[in-house]
Amino acid sequence: MSGHVFHPGHAELHGITVVLETNGPLTYVGRYDSEDEHGVHMLDVGVHDAAAGDGSKDEYVRKSAKFGIRSNHKHLVVPAAVVAKITRLGSMA
Amino acid sequence: MPYNPALVAPMRAEMTRMGAKELMSAAEVDAAIGDQKGSMLVFVNSVCGCAAGNARPALSLALKHSVLPQHVVTVFAGQDLDAAARARQYFGDYQPSSPSIALLRDGEVVHFVHRHQIEGRVPQAIAADLAAAFDRFFGAAV
Repeated sequence: MSGHVFHPGHAELHGITVVLETNGPLTYVGRYDSEDEHGVHMLDVGVHDAAAGDGSKDEYVRKSAKFGIRSNHKHLVVPAAVVAKITRLGSMA
Repeated sequence: MPYNPALVAPMRAEMTRMGAKELMSAAEVDAAIGDQKGSMLVFVNSVCGCAAGNARPALSLALKHSVLPQHVVTVFAGQDLDAAARARQYFGDYQPSSPSIALLRDGEVVHFVHRHQIEGRVPQAIAADLAAAFDRFFGAAV
């Protein structure tokens, strides 16, 4: 089963853990699943809200890279209009 | 819901072929990790081909290194639910992800490889990182 993929035909980032930065205070860290007319679908997602006194976004991402994602959303859709940047978490570790 | 056992059987076999001991219940996890002394690698297996499809061959390569953990065990996330949940209780502050790899010394996590450190990487690169971690945490000077 080495290298076997159960879900071929998906987007390049499908199944990859990403940091999704928005134009607003929210940053999402979780597995990129897909994108459609509703936005970017993510799975097992943790959310950082810079407006809620959660500490710095950079620290949140750093902790997520080191300790993993404290997921509080099984499935979440981020509207495409608010997406500013998507980066692989693995590249930030 | 767990996958069909027949579907995951080859993924289990890939682990046991490389010498990993399968832990399929919480009791087996406690027996293996609970009072563990020395060095141990815990591989959290997964059906996800995106990451586990590279993680298993990476571990197989890493286990050819000169410095190795004394014990190599595996639990299967999404399959052996109680065993995986119990194993994660030993991982302290590290959040669940699968596949993932924990290195333990005397029952304490000294190094953790998350899914995001596996995704999109070739087995050789993952194995090299693991070998470096074996040297660092399980080497003779430790």
